[in-house]
This record gives sequence, C-alpha cells and structure tokens, in this order.
Amino acid sequence: MRKRKFDLNALPAAAGNEIDDRLHAATPLRKLMNKVFPDHWSFLLGEVALWSFVILLLTGTFLTLFFDPSMEETVYNGSYTPLRGVSMSRAFASSLDISFDVRGGLFMRQMHHWAALLFVAGIIVHMFRTFFTGAFRKPRELNWIVGLLLFWIAIFEGLFGYSLPDDALSGTGLRIMNAIVLSIPVIGSWIAFAGFGSEFPGTEIIPRFYTLHILLLPALLVGLVTVHLVLLLLQKHAQWPGPGRTNYNVVGERMVPRYASKMGAFFLINFAVIAIMSGLFQINPIWIFGPYKAAVVSAGSQPDWYVMFLDGSARLFPAWEIRAFGYTLPPIFWPAVVLPGILTVLPMIYPFIEARRLKDRRVHNLLQRPRDVPNRTALGVMAIAFYVVLVLSGGNDIIADQFSISLNATTWAGRIGLLLGPPIAYWVTYRICLGLQQHDREVLVHGVETGIIRRLPDGRFMEVHQPLGPTDEHGHGQLEYAGWAVPKKMNRLGALVPTVKGFFFPVERPSRTPIGNGGRPVSTGPQGQRELEEAERPR
Amino acid sequence: MSTRSGRVPRGRARRRVGTVVRLIAALILAGGLYAAFAPGVYAEEDPQLSQAAKDGKAIFDNTCVSCHGRNAQGVTDRGPSLIGVGSASVEFQVTSGRMPLARQEAQAERKPPYWSDPEELDQNARLLGQYIQELGGGPQVPDGNLRAEGGNTLARGGELFRVNCSSCHAFSAGGGALSSGKFAPSMAAATDRQIYAAMLSGPQNMPVFGDNQLTPDEKREIITYIQNLKEDKDPGGWGLGRIGPVTEGLAIFVVGVVAVVFAALWIAGKS
Ligand code: HEC
Ligand code: HEC
Ligand code: HEM
Repeated sequence: MRKRKFDLNALPAAAGNEIDDRLHAATPLRKLMNKVFPDHWSFLLGEVALWSFVILLLTGTFLTLFFDPSMEETVYNGSYTPLRGVSMSRAFASSLDISFDVRGGLFMRQMHHWAALLFVAGIIVHMFRTFFTGAFRKPRELNWIVGLLLFWIAIFEGLFGYSLPDDALSGTGLRIMNAIVLSIPVIGSWIAFAGFGSEFPGTEIIPRFYTLHILLLPALLVGLVTVHLVLLLLQKHAQWPGPGRTNYNVVGERMVPRYASKMGAFFLINFAVIAIMSGLFQINPIWIFGPYKAAVVSAGSQPDWYVMFLDGSARLFPAWEIRAFGYTLPPIFWPAVVLPGILTVLPMIYPFIEARRLKDRRVHNLLQRPRDVPNRTALGVMAIAFYVVLVLSGGNDIIADQFSISLNATTWAGRIGLLLGPPIAYWVTYRICLGLQQHDREVLVHGVETGIIRRLPDGRFMEVHQPLGPTDEHGHGQLEYAGWAVPKKMNRLGALVPTVKGFFFPVERPSRTPIGNGGRPVSTGPQGQRELEEAERPR
Repeated sequence: MSTRSGRVPRGRARRRVGTVVRLIAALILAGGLYAAFAPGVYAEEDPQLSQAAKDGKAIFDNTCVSCHGRNAQGVTDRGPSLIGVGSASVEFQVTSGRMPLARQEAQAERKPPYWSDPEELDQNARLLGQYIQELGGGPQVPDGNLRAEGGNTLARGGELFRVNCSSCHAFSAGGGALSSGKFAPSMAAATDRQIYAAMLSGPQNMPVFGDNQLTPDEKREIITYIQNLKEDKDPGGWGLGRIGPVTEGLAIFVVGVVAVVFAALWIAGKS
C-alpha cells in the first residue's frame, strides 16, 4: 500500500473547491473581487469615518467590560487621591477606575473618545466631498439620505456616550439637553419627564443612555453603514470624468488585490493616527471635572466639537421669549430645536431641489469638478461658513479668554458673522469658480505657456504657447471644454522632465488625453493596473 | 441744662432750646461711643501708628498716594479709598503686581511686581498692609502654613473649589471669560497667600469669600487642592492647555484630519 502523495501547493485550490462545492461562493466572490474601484484620494474620506467606527466598536466593547452604568451613590475609594472619599455615582466611579485602575484603561478611553471625534469629522469631510462633486445626484439620492441619517445618529451616539461617565462637564450638557427638550411646546415637559423618568436628573438617564449608546444606536449605525456600502456596490462608485471614463463604466483598480490592500493599509493608518493621538494628547479628563453636582457649573463648559454648533446657535440667538395662549415659548427653542430641524431636512431634499431647478432627470455616474458648478459650490461653501461661525461661537468664551477679547464682542462678531459670512462666502466662491474655469478655457484656446520668449521681426516679444490639440487658422485650440483637468505645465505634457516628485502626489506624468484614441480607454502605466468594468447601460 | 424748678414756668423758647441741647448731647454721646468702639471708621489726622505702619506709610506716600490719596482716603476718578480693605487686599494687589496700577483699563492685571526683589517685595507689601490695616482694619491673611493636612483634604478642597470657584476660574483653574471684557484670570502663578488673600478680599469682580462663607480651614483645603491641581501631571498625555472640548476639537482637525487626509493623498497616489 502506497501512501498518497500530499501536495501542499494544491491545498488552497483543493480547499477552495471543497468550499465552493458546498457554498457556491465562487461566482459572487469572483464578481466582488473583480469589482473595480476608481482611485482618487478624496474617495478615501468616507473610509476615515468607516475605520473610526470600527475602532469605536472595538474600544467601546473593551470599555463595557469595566463600565457600570448606574447612578447609585457610592464613595470613591480608588487610586486617584484627590477624589478619594467623594460621593459620586457608580458610573463616574467606574469611569475613574477605567482611567486609573484598569490596565490600559485610560488609553482605551482616550482612543474611544478621539475615535469618536475623528468619526464625526470624517463623516462631515466625506459629506462635503460628496456634495461638491455632485455625487449625490441621481441615482445616488438615497445613499445621500442614508449618509445624512448616519451623520445625525453619530452625533447623538457621541452625545450619549459623552454623558455616560456622569462627570460635572457632561452633566452640565445633560442639564442643557433637558432644558432644550423642555422648550418644545406642549409636549416638551412630557417628553423630558418620560425620558429622564423623573425630575432632572433622576436616576434613570445614565442607564437609558447606556442602552441607547451601546446597543440601539450602534446597531442602527451598523445597519445603515451596511445599507450605505451595499448601495455603493450596487450603484457603483461615481468617478471623475477623464480619458476613457464614461457614464457607463468604472475605471480603476480591482478590489483584490490592489484596492483591498490599500483599504487595509488605510485602516491601519487610521488606527495609528488615533492611537498616537490617544497616547500623546489627553482627552476628557473627568477626574478634573469631578462628579456631577447640580451646583457645579464651570466656566468654559462645552460639548464635544460636533455638538458645538448647536451650543453656538444657542449663544448667538437673541433672548426672545414668546408668550401666547398661556404658554411660554423659551428662546432656546429656536436655535436648539428649529434650527437643527431645518439643518436635517434641507440637505436631505437638496438633491431633489437641484434636479428640479435644473430640470435634470438623467443618471450621473461621472462627477463634476466644483468649479464647473459654481452655484452649488458656492452654496456649499456658504453652508460651511454658516457652520463654522456656529462652531466657533460654541467656543466663544474660550476664544474671548485666550485672545483677551470681550465676550460680548465675540458674541456680536458671531451674530454679524452668521448673517454676513455666508453671503460673502457665496460671492467669493462663485467668483473663484468662474476664474478657475476661465483659466482652463484660456489654456485650451491659447495652449500651455512654455516659458520661451521669442522676438518677432518687428521687434515685439511674445511667449510661445504650446497648443494642446489641433488649432484653427488663428492658432487657437479647438478642444472643447470638457470639465476635466487641463494640463497647464509642459511637464504635464511630457515635454519636460517631471518637477513634482512628490510624496503625496504621484510623479508628474504626461496627462492621458483620449485624442486620437477614439475615446477608448488608455492603458496607463507599464503594468496596466487600471481596469475597466462595464456597467449595464441604464434604460 | 435746664433747671427743673417748679416755680418758673418753662417758656416755649426755653423748652425748645432744651430739646436742641439734649439732642446735641445725645449725638455727641453716640458719636463718642461709636468712635470708641469702632476706632477705624474715619481716619484721624494723626493716628497712632506702629513703627511698621509708619514705614508702610512712607512707602505709600511715595508710590500709592497719587491715586489713593492722603491717608488712603481715595482720589476721585483715580483710585478708591483703601480704608477698611485690610492688609489682605493690599498684600494681594501688591505681591501680584496689580498695584501700583500702571494705567487705567478694564481690569487691573497681574504683572511683574513693582519691587523685583522677592524679599523686598514681601517686606514692603507687609509694611503697606500693616499701614492700611492700622488705618481702617479689615481682613488679614493669617501667618504660617496655609495648606491643610489630613486624609480627605484634597477631596474636600476639590469639592469646595468646583462649587465656589470653577464657575469663573474653570475646572482647571485656568481662568475664564466674564461679560464685557472682564475675566477671571488663571491661577497658574498664584501663591498660597495670594489665593487666600484673593478669597478674603474679593478683588474687583470676584466675590468676597469671608470667613463665614468659607471657614479658614476650608480656605486652606481649597488652596491645597488648587496647588495640587497645578502640579499634578496629566496622566493622559499633553493636557491641551486643560481647556476642554474646544482644544480637543481643534486637535482632531489640526492633527487627526490633516494626518488622515495626507495619508489618503499618499496612498491614493501609490500605484
Ligand atoms: C495709577 C493709579 C494707582 C496707583 C499708583 C495705585 N493704585 Fe491701587 N488702585 C487703583 C485703582 C483704580 C483701583 C481700583 C480698581 C482696581 O482694583 O483695578 C485700585 C485698587 C487698589 C486696592 C484694592 C481695593 C479694594 O477694594 O480691595 C488696593 C489694596 C490698592 N489699590 C493698593 C494700592 C497700593 C498699595 C498702591 C501703591 C503700591 C497702589 N494701590 C497704587 C489705582 C492705583
Ligand atoms: C464671579 C467670579 C469669580 C469667582 C466665583 C471666583 N473668582 Fe477668583 N477672580 C475673579 C476675578 C474677576 C479675578 C480677577 C481680579 C483682579 O484681577 O483683580 C479673580 C482673581 C483671583 C485670583 C488671582 C489670580 C492671580 O494670580 O492673578 C485668585 C487666586 C482667585 N481669584 C481665587 C479664587 C478662588 C480660590 C475662588 C473660589 C473660592 C474664586 N477665585 C472664585 C472672579 C471670580
Ligand atoms: C458600538 C460601539 C460602542 C460601544 C460599545 C461604546 C461604549 C462606550 C462606553 C462603555 C462608554 C463609557 C466609558 C467611559 O467611561 O469613558 C463610552 C463612552 C463614550 N462613547 Fe462610546 N461606544 C460605542 C460607540 C461609540 C460611538 C460610535 C461614538 C461616537 C460617535 C461613541 C462616543 C463615546 C464618547 C464620546 C464617550 C465618552 C468617553 C469619555 O468619557 O472619554 N461611542 N462608550
């Protein structure tokens, strides 16, 4: 009897076959692995949010092992001396224990908190990328709305998490939340009482927030993130216009191995950034704030940055109190309930508003450069200006204190800035967009500056321009304005050696023009890494 | 004094004079009693000063008199009367460099003291304090150790600090903005005696924390807490100025977002 030879090299294939015989996974997997992703740095911004979220899940799970979400009074007896013997809730005491008595606990808390800040920052930056490139247009409106929901849920998730340790700083925030809910007409006091289970603060709110924070909202987030990504796979990634790129294909890199390895590397980089920040910078030092006591309201009490815009709007809004029909409408209602309401609805319906305004019902798989849609770009920058003024006003007492400005002056600067900033931002952005477009058109018509000065027979000097394509009898280029990058340096045309050997930018290569290629895709680079995926043409 | 003779009927005018005289007498008596029991209420022309106070007066007449006036009675639009502010106030103002005031502004701020030699400064502040004390009385910073000892000192001091002081000076004692350009300063440079004196005298917009609001022991506990807080290392790394969510938000954009965006540029550029 002869032993069968064991072929190690054939093992993976054999195992794969065995699995496929049972699960029939090969066909869908092959499709997935061959999925092509367009490659542009700005498409990675959404991944910042995704990977921060993964880190939040990991570190949050660690924290749940030691955190005790109870408002029962206890006397602290841990190793942080300045609080020894102070009575506090178990939630606060266990947060202190995580910080001082659990090995690696403080680092984990800090990672969790920094990741939360980066998470929302990633969402916002990603959202503006989507907006400015027009990626929200048909057929992707639904995913835009899912994204906005994720944004708001993330804010609430962060707000609830921030309140969990029951320290004096977040307690002040909780008190304000309570006041905001109370300000809602008719049902406000009812909701507040139901939510807190009694008068403020009661003994229920931390356990309830805990359930929301570690179960309900994370489940919702995971679910919506999944929907978000599945929709992305189904609808395919929108791409920049360019050589060989049409509304019906995707040019880029295959999922496996190139795109997946980049994603994996990017996850590790995100992880590293958060870990390094958590090791170097202290965040939310609850032991300085002490346990929540109703009598403690510190100067410079702020929420985390992603809630600061609401704090700012509350600070800027004038104290107009409305009394009617025996009800009082407190001033806080407008900036803290109505404004966020508007800020939720307006962006959600924006894709439809824009489509209606432009009578545009087509499907768009190609992105637009911000400069080519000056109106939208200007609106976006206007929104950013509005938002930034609100965020800065949320910290206006800190600004006043650090820069020795009067607090009243910063408040008025915020009020005026809120009214004047956005229109100015709109106008300036609009002009800049037109200017950039103009310059592109100029190069298309007159060609690239070569830096060569020539003296004409009649004594005049002129600079020689290199046309980008065929010219007419006046020497003017005939290329159409296509809404895509126009090479503006000779290096970009391959006529000079590359000057940018950048670390962050790829080495300057001649730009790839589809001219003379019949619009067919151009193989780029010697290895031909870029691939083409045909999408079914929409009806 | 009117004579009480039954024979002579008292005329109206006489009766009136008598009333006036009695009134004056009562007033003088009351005034005298008042003067006897509260000797510092008004400054006498030539008060009985100790030697230290006389030395203090000499310094005062050199450096402070232009604003606070002769006998510290104040000069309108220049400086307030110092009668009754006590040596605590003087010590606080002089050792923290606030006095003598350089120029009129929203708030007298800490600056390098007038006497740069610490010993001379301490000596002169005490002499000036003694002078003002003897002129009009007022709160005094006790001598000796101003720290508290014992098991839960830091815990109690911390609680008192957070309830009484953090509303203006912030959790970190790093200071905070008040309305109209006024502010509660950082306590980074404050010494034990200055903190005690600040509580006792309540400079400018700070309330006075007299001994019936915060007992001397509680003041010592607060001081112990503050000084410990200032020395305490931040266990989590660099404290970002201990300012809170504002600098944390700044850090996540300036460091975090910038880092990941550069990483995105770099990784997308690799092929
Ligand atoms: C340029 C004018 C000026 C000079 C010089 C000056 N002061 Fe003052 N001082 C002021 C003013 C104005 C205030 C009240 C406002 C404030 O506190 O900022 C004041 C307040 C004070 C107070 C606080 C009073 C209180 O109510 O507690 C003390 C104590 C004091 N001065 C002591 C001194 C002493 C001691 C000197 C001399 C070393 C001095 N000042 C020199 C202008 C002056
Ligand atoms: C209502 C606000 C307020 C509260 C409450 C308050 N302070 Fe102040 N504090 C101030 C202001 C304003 C100043 C600045 C006064 C000046 O410059 O003359 C000040 C100054 C000080 C200084 C001097 C800082 C320096 O070194 O220059 C100390 C020390 C101080 N406070 C301690 C305390 C302590 C301790 C408490 C609590 C028991 C307290 N303060 C409560 C407003 C406040
Ligand atoms: C599903 C995963 C998550 C779990 C299991 C989790 C769990 C926890 C726990 C137990 C705490 C209290 C720990 C402490 O004392 O510091 C906490 C705090 C916190 N969480 Fe989460 N969390 C999760 C996701 C998130 C997300 C998505 C965000 C942000 C948007 C977030 C933001 C916060 C914040 C800001 C705190 C306060 C941290 C601090 O005090 O320093 N968490 N979380």
